[in-house]
Amino acid sequence: MKSRKVIAALAIAAVGVGLLAGCSSSSDASAKDGKVYLTVAPVLPGATADALKALSDRVKEFEKANPDIIVKPIEYQWTGTTFAAELAGGTLPDVFNVPFTDSKTLANNGQLADITADFRKTSTAGKWNKNVLDVATGKDGKIYGIPWGPYAMALSYNREIFTKAGLDPDKPPTTLDEIEADAKTIAEKVPGTAGYMQMTSGNTGGWELATLTNSLGGRFETIGKDGKVTVKTDNPQTKQALAWLAKLRWDDNAMGSNFLFDWSGINQAFASGQVAMYMSGSDVIGSLMQANGFDQTKYGVTTFPLSDSSDAGILSGGNVDVVNVKDSPAQIAAAVKWIDFYRTQPTVDKAAAIKNAQTLKAGNQAVNAPTLPVFDKATWQQNQSWIAPYDNIPTANLKPFTDGIFDQQIVPEPSAHTQDLYGALDSVVQAVLTKKNVDVDAQLKAVDQKIQALVDADQG
Amino acid sequence: MLTRAELTEQAAATGRAAVSRPAAERVRPRRTPITWVRRGGLSKLVFTLPLLVVFGVFSWWPIARSVVMSFQRTNLVTAPLFVGWQNFEYVFHDPIFWVAVRNTGWFALLALVFGYPLPLVLAVIMSEVRRLKGLFSVLAYLPVVMPPVVSVLLWKFFYDARAEGVFNTILGWAGIPPQPWIQSTVAAMPSLVLQATWAAAGGTIIIYLAALTSVAPELYDAAEVDGAGIWGKIWHVTLPQLRGILFITLILQIIGTAQVFLQPFLFTNGGPVDSTTTILLLVYRYAFTNSLGGNYGAATALSLMLAVFLALMSVLYFRLTRRWSDA
Repeated sequence: MKSRKVIAALAIAAVGVGLLAGCSSSSDASAKDGKVYLTVAPVLPGATADALKALSDRVKEFEKANPDIIVKPIEYQWTGTTFAAELAGGTLPDVFNVPFTDSKTLANNGQLADITADFRKTSTAGKWNKNVLDVATGKDGKIYGIPWGPYAMALSYNREIFTKAGLDPDKPPTTLDEIEADAKTIAEKVPGTAGYMQMTSGNTGGWELATLTNSLGGRFETIGKDGKVTVKTDNPQTKQALAWLAKLRWDDNAMGSNFLFDWSGINQAFASGQVAMYMSGSDVIGSLMQANGFDQTKYGVTTFPLSDSSDAGILSGGNVDVVNVKDSPAQIAAAVKWIDFYRTQPTVDKAAAIKNAQTLKAGNQAVNAPTLPVFDKATWQQNQSWIAPYDNIPTANLKPFTDGIFDQQIVPEPSAHTQDLYGALDSVVQAVLTKKNVDVDAQLKAVDQKIQALVDADQG
Repeated sequence: MLTRAELTEQAAATGRAAVSRPAAERVRPRRTPITWVRRGGLSKLVFTLPLLVVFGVFSWWPIARSVVMSFQRTNLVTAPLFVGWQNFEYVFHDPIFWVAVRNTGWFALLALVFGYPLPLVLAVIMSEVRRLKGLFSVLAYLPVVMPPVVSVLLWKFFYDARAEGVFNTILGWAGIPPQPWIQSTVAAMPSLVLQATWAAAGGTIIIYLAALTSVAPELYDAAEVDGAGIWGKIWHVTLPQLRGILFITLILQIIGTAQVFLQPFLFTNGGPVDSTTTILLLVYRYAFTNSLGGNYGAATALSLMLAVFLALMSVLYFRLTRRWSDA
């Protein structure tokens, strides 16, 4: 009797310990069968069935060319407010993307895998512009990622709503005053639709305010000759930008009734016709089709208007595909092969570009979403001509953007404590949109003080 | 986790050991490892081991680690640096901290005023209902069964501030103009409390319903004989009889609302203008909103402050209410 009880007790203990062992066992893809297992993150959460089909075809194509590599794609979206949790929790896949603003710091912190050796083996290694590759280069001179999809901020608009409001969708607004006038018309003629809206939440409020500020010739951060960063959001251009938003909101009542939008939230609102115009990355139609099933024939995009100031420029950014620091050398090699196949080759290799365009088109995914050149303008134009027969977004709808973008001065994002700065400014933008007559001076001064303290602590 | 049967067996084993101990000690006064094993010490230890390990690894060790971390500066990559009380100073000097304290207090107060009495009222009414009792119980408990994230996303949709929004359409039928709900600094917090109350009331109702069945019917009969009406019966019989349960649910509610995170995180992300930024959301922000690695020291420092505050408050609460509970 007693011995039976002891056995039962031991069994319970064994199960308990076994459970814990199960929790802590590494999920590393051990290559027991001689294959390399790779988890990649090329689709947004909620991707449509079409998008998943297109991706699956691309994966099959890659696995056919690399029979030793097994690719498992998962859904992933970089957001400023969740990335650190994933990084700290160790839940990131083998290949994932981060924005231009983050890759260098992550590399210097030792949080990304060094891919230099495998990167050098890719056919495009020598083709990269040093300035572009710089975002993925650590201070040790090693390469930690591969940039892709650079974009400029742009004004996306719904052509159908323009027509409904009696506006000409082929003549989108070209100044802030025109955006305001069109937004007002839309809000009046199409009830329940915000004429113009921009993001306000999850650090995106500051991101878009930075775009407005740059477009008026202002900057959030300046770097002195001694390399010291000065944070100054309390500047005339930012105040002008906020005053413009306040006018749209309170005088024109042209921004609808919902004011808490993050990136995916506003995409959803735009795709469902609740927002007629919004500020976004120029390539956002790719995401709108992939995650929201948006009908691209309704889509219009134009350059975001710049003021006459010689400092006026358009904020730009992009992504860097990076590799998990915990990966084995075999996985790193496989990861670089995948990134090269999935991101780089379709921009430089004719056969790869055409194959990619065909797959995307068959899966009803954006073929010709407007981006900026990742190498140089000539390569970009050549690429555009290769994929032209497969274009599935009416090129006339993109023309206002593609015609104007190369005349706009490109401005990178502020470099010091970017996400902290953006997060602090979310509140200021929200204040302007939800409270009348806000004392923006005081709020901007408070932001400057807070972020400058963080910057000084680094430089101290 | 141990099943109920295992727990019962464990309790029985412990009880037997306790009973047999005095006799055993008279025979063998010296304690040796062998006597310890013979008295069932080993099986006791083995039985509690899974529990100890699970709690240790998943609860106590992280708590101990976070206490240490609140005195450190760390990026979780390089070696942490001890910085004394700096993290606590940082939190106290952050203007958002006081906003978060005020917001959390406001949420707790609103939840107390509207959310606390509601389940009790509903439970009393439901216990009086003769027919379809099961149906009402199911309806009341349904929100609890729903995954919290799903219900918040659903309510976010209901709270659409356009005239076309679900709640605004309903208000429109009564001639009430569209409300901003979570889009206004004033209305956002009450809107969050409304959803939180809806989501949590079912659980408390079930507890009260169970407690109500234990109230002896004779007490009501006696009260009736003494001429008590419905209010008299509730005031003089029901409430005093539920006193113990009410004290427990009150402190649980206070602890729960002080740690509110889900609603502000999913509905508003603390906005508009930090009007729904609560203490736990601020902890999350310190730790995670900077994509390049957050201020984990400040996050753990603030968590620790909240934990200590709640612990002290609970002790004080039980001291104050002990007299009434025992009476």
